[in-house]
Amino acid sequence: MAMERNISVSEASRPKLPRHARLKFDETRQVWVILAPERVLAPDAIAVEVLQLCDGERSVADMVDQLAIKYAAERNAIATDVIAMLQDLADKGFLTEARERTS
Amino acid sequence: MSILDDGKTTTSADDGLAALETGRSTAETFGIPLAVLAEVTHRCPLQCPYCSNPVELDRAGAELSTEEWKKVLSELAEIGVLQIHFSGGEPTARKDLVELVRHASDVGLYSNLITSAVLLTRERLAALADAGLSHVQISFQGNEAAAADRVAGFRGAHAKKIEVAKWTRELDLPLTVNAVMHRQNLHQLGDIIQMAVDLDADRLEVANVQYYGWALKNRAALMPTFEQLEETSRIVEEAQARLKGTLAIDYVIPDYYALRPKKCMGGWGRQFFNISPAGKILPCHAAESITGLEFESVRSNHSIAWIWQNSEAFNRYRGTTWMKEPCKSCEFREIDFGGCRCQAFALTGDAGNTDPACTLSPLHAQIFKLAEQEAAGNNNRFIYRNFAGGTPEDDGGHGA
Repeated sequence: MAMERNISVSEASRPKLPRHARLKFDETRQVWVILAPERVLAPDAIAVEVLQLCDGERSVADMVDQLAIKYAAERNAIATDVIAMLQDLADKGFLTEARERTS
Repeated sequence: MSILDDGKTTTSADDGLAALETGRSTAETFGIPLAVLAEVTHRCPLQCPYCSNPVELDRAGAELSTEEWKKVLSELAEIGVLQIHFSGGEPTARKDLVELVRHASDVGLYSNLITSAVLLTRERLAALADAGLSHVQISFQGNEAAAADRVAGFRGAHAKKIEVAKWTRELDLPLTVNAVMHRQNLHQLGDIIQMAVDLDADRLEVANVQYYGWALKNRAALMPTFEQLEETSRIVEEAQARLKGTLAIDYVIPDYYALRPKKCMGGWGRQFFNISPAGKILPCHAAESITGLEFESVRSNHSIAWIWQNSEAFNRYRGTTWMKEPCKSCEFREIDFGGCRCQAFALTGDAGNTDPACTLSPLHAQIFKLAEQEAAGNNNRFIYRNFAGGTPEDDGGHGA
């Protein structure tokens, strides 16, 4: 079915990369990349860490909790950054949302 | 945190590449491209008069075999290429395309299909998706069947494209609509944009014809008027704003009317190469139109990386040291790298000259005037692209 567009990312979202947006470690250049239609994006280290948590199961709230503990940072600041970053990716069509839990 | 935007891997933006290469010495100066265009065949059922293939097409018998292409794909992945564009001619004319896409997936390449769509069945498209195909780009000649089929020189082409575009979205593959624009279809642009929205495309390329090879032969029939260009830019800008988040629109202007030349291929031998059906490694798909350059083949005893880094053809126009005035001392020389080598060759006879699309070229005013004259001449008769070197459109009801 057609990919979801105009996703609004919130703490309740359970985002994942669609099959046409692939997070991959580029061995040649020793960096993480996102491969997308006729594009290569270069996410920074924290974006990579967030994207690795985007499995369609975890909610954004869970991810934020996890990162806030790991970096001993203020939860609200992390939430704002994570949601902005994911929304940016969603607006480009490189992020989708799990509609139901897969087991 | 950020997602650094965004190397369009084919031609224009360089930022993704720059981001990936920052602080790194990759193969001295020129890193291996992120994406490579594989023109797996020049065979095509369509006969578009602006085809980007060379006028001298590679025959079927000269094409790389399945095993040769697989070896090429493996080698590309090994040296650091991330994406492969399967193009042509019509890539689905190759019976082994599913096998090639699967091999690309197996070696870790992200694959895009650039197709006219007319040879596809739903089953074959599904097989390509199963093999790991990640994106489909379909060319359209217009939004109205009779006129579009006339440009393609193929009855029923338009209706088939619409059908395949729908299958593409049903299979959850992202879709790019590629619309090649010229004097005879620019009036349809608004409707073409709506067609792309209706087809649920992610991206639309509004690509004005670039005049090399077949399009150069057909320039008088294709060149838009300056008024059309202004109207086109207005329509595109309005649609880009209105459709933000729904449809991304890339826009290529006809550069005879430009003020600054395009940064063709992101600079010669800088971030792109393509492989011809017979296995030649080329700095761009039109490069063979420049006579006097020798291009190495994957069938030679050189590696692809060696050809990219060391071959004479790639190094001839790399960087800025080859430049003459007015490029040599120009403040934009590393912005546009002097424009397009193929266009410089086609219009001045020397690929080392400034692309006449640039206002600083002594030929610029003349080229601009030529474009206006040809557009006003309104000779609409095409020369169709084929292996026989081109066939003029018959007079029966078509053309002027």
